[in-house]
Amino acid sequence: MNSDHPETQLVPLPPLNFVPERDAGQQPILEVRNLGIDFGGLTAVDSLNLAISPTEISGLIGPNGAGKTTVFNLLTKVYQPTRGTILFNGQDIIGMNTVRVNRAGIARTFQNIRLFNNLTVEDNIKIGLHNQIKYGMFSGILRLPDYWKQEKIAREQVGELLSIFNMGHLTQHIAGSLPYGAQRRLEIIRALATRPKLLLLDEPAAGMNPSETAELMENIAKIRSTFQIAVLLIEHDMSLVMGICEGICVLNFGKVIAKGTPSAIQNNPEVVEAYLGRRKEGGHHVEG
Amino acid sequence: MVFLSHLISGVSLGGIYAIIALGYTMVYGIAKMLNFAHGDVIMVGGYACFFMVTYYDLPVAVGVLVAMAVCTLLGVSIERLAYKPLRRAPALAVLITAIGVSYFLQNAAQLLWTSNPRVFPSVVGNTSLNLFGGQLSISSTAIVTISICVVIMVALTWFTSKTKTGKAMRACSEDKAAAQLMGISVNTTISMTFAIGSALAAIAGVLLCSAYPTLSPTTGAMPGIKAFTAAVFGGIGSIPGAMIGGILLGIIEIFGKAYISTQLSDAIVFFVLIVVLLVKPDGLLGKRVQEKV
Repeated sequence: MNSDHPETQLVPLPPLNFVPERDAGQQPILEVRNLGIDFGGLTAVDSLNLAISPTEISGLIGPNGAGKTTVFNLLTKVYQPTRGTILFNGQDIIGMNTVRVNRAGIARTFQNIRLFNNLTVEDNIKIGLHNQIKYGMFSGILRLPDYWKQEKIAREQVGELLSIFNMGHLTQHIAGSLPYGAQRRLEIIRALATRPKLLLLDEPAAGMNPSETAELMENIAKIRSTFQIAVLLIEHDMSLVMGICEGICVLNFGKVIAKGTPSAIQNNPEVVEAYLGRRKEGGHHVEG
Repeated sequence: MVFLSHLISGVSLGGIYAIIALGYTMVYGIAKMLNFAHGDVIMVGGYACFFMVTYYDLPVAVGVLVAMAVCTLLGVSIERLAYKPLRRAPALAVLITAIGVSYFLQNAAQLLWTSNPRVFPSVVGNTSLNLFGGQLSISSTAIVTISICVVIMVALTWFTSKTKTGKAMRACSEDKAAAQLMGISVNTTISMTFAIGSALAAIAGVLLCSAYPTLSPTTGAMPGIKAFTAAVFGGIGSIPGAMIGGILLGIIEIFGKAYISTQLSDAIVFFVLIVVLLVKPDGLLGKRVQEKV
């Protein structure tokens, strides 16, 4: 997994304006077929089909309780799906546990930020780098040269990651004491430190004001172009979703009700109905 | 001078408690369980060193290393066989299992090594350092114990804050699910924690037996309970808390013995614990966990 990344540098930098085209012939990085999970008698997600190209930014939207976060939990194997398959990078990950899924290349952030609040920004990112740092426990205890070399590389990578998001000055701050926006960014950086091929963002714009959201959109575009990875995000902020996603999937009651480009989604009557309720004769909206 | 000499024996005894308490507190911090078998791992460490030194005539250093290896293996196996299958079980089931493992170890030791107490050879030597014209004498055991404690505390603090395994431990203790999603294996981390805690228990076992040179299958029980108390006293889950709690507990015990009553010393120790917990329910350095609503 490390062979395609030289250890001293994160990734080769492509031009920033790189925008991939949706290519149906391209092998998708993530392919989900007929995925579903039941909790007791309740079907939380059902017959979900999804394909994401290697450098695509896509959105997962839907009303509250539609099962969006459940999909993330299924993809990262926090929940074991009841049925269906998940192919990631051509590999079936249905039998893997959370740790192996992460090592295979799926990283995520959380709806309610889950940083390691008592640790510094640097340590949070180093925990993300855990599997990239190669030294054994004994090198660690005895401080062999290996330890110093690897820790130096890790420190450089932390610096590099932070500088991408202009957070270089916060290295030694305690994560829990950072302002809200910085905590959100740090969580994304920590996820990126695990070198994912697919980044899952769970409501990255929650609690942000319009200017912060605009900055977040730039950052997400930057992540895609810098790291050449796919991003799948859950979001309620339609300006962000419509502004940045190339493909959108709409969930309602655990089922996909629409898929397509932002403009197609915006004009889809079923989507409008799911969000606003059915239009009764006479033109009044009824709560759905 | 008498006061100072009591203080030094207190710190020395407390240092042993602190090393044992570290095992309790680290396991609690990461696995969120109370490993009541920890005290008996100390006893096994003591026996391992005893047999190496008296029966095989090996140097003390080798004895200690063998004891550490035996205890590490024992601790990791206990975790694998007894606690790991209960990872998702209620905390009470794990607690009862731990008590069961504790009795199992004591009884196995009785069966294997009989319940006759053995006289543990002093691995440190019986010289003492005389200061102030013989007014203050510090035994070599106390000096060695205190120095080893200092080394262990510095090394462990460094290990948990500066190495990747240590950081993985802290990550797991804060948020296991998030740590897993960062690619950190919680099972491996818990095993590491048991390994480190048990290796420290072996050292504590040897030090304890050098200070109080009788070894029997129940040797570890009382120090185990006291070290657990020390961990709670300092704030369970906190490494510096265990160190401070252990040392304070040792000092209180020795002072209680010296100035109040030898018979009551244990009662005094637990009385102080109760008072501390009444005033500060999370222990001296414990953090109040705010329940999210």
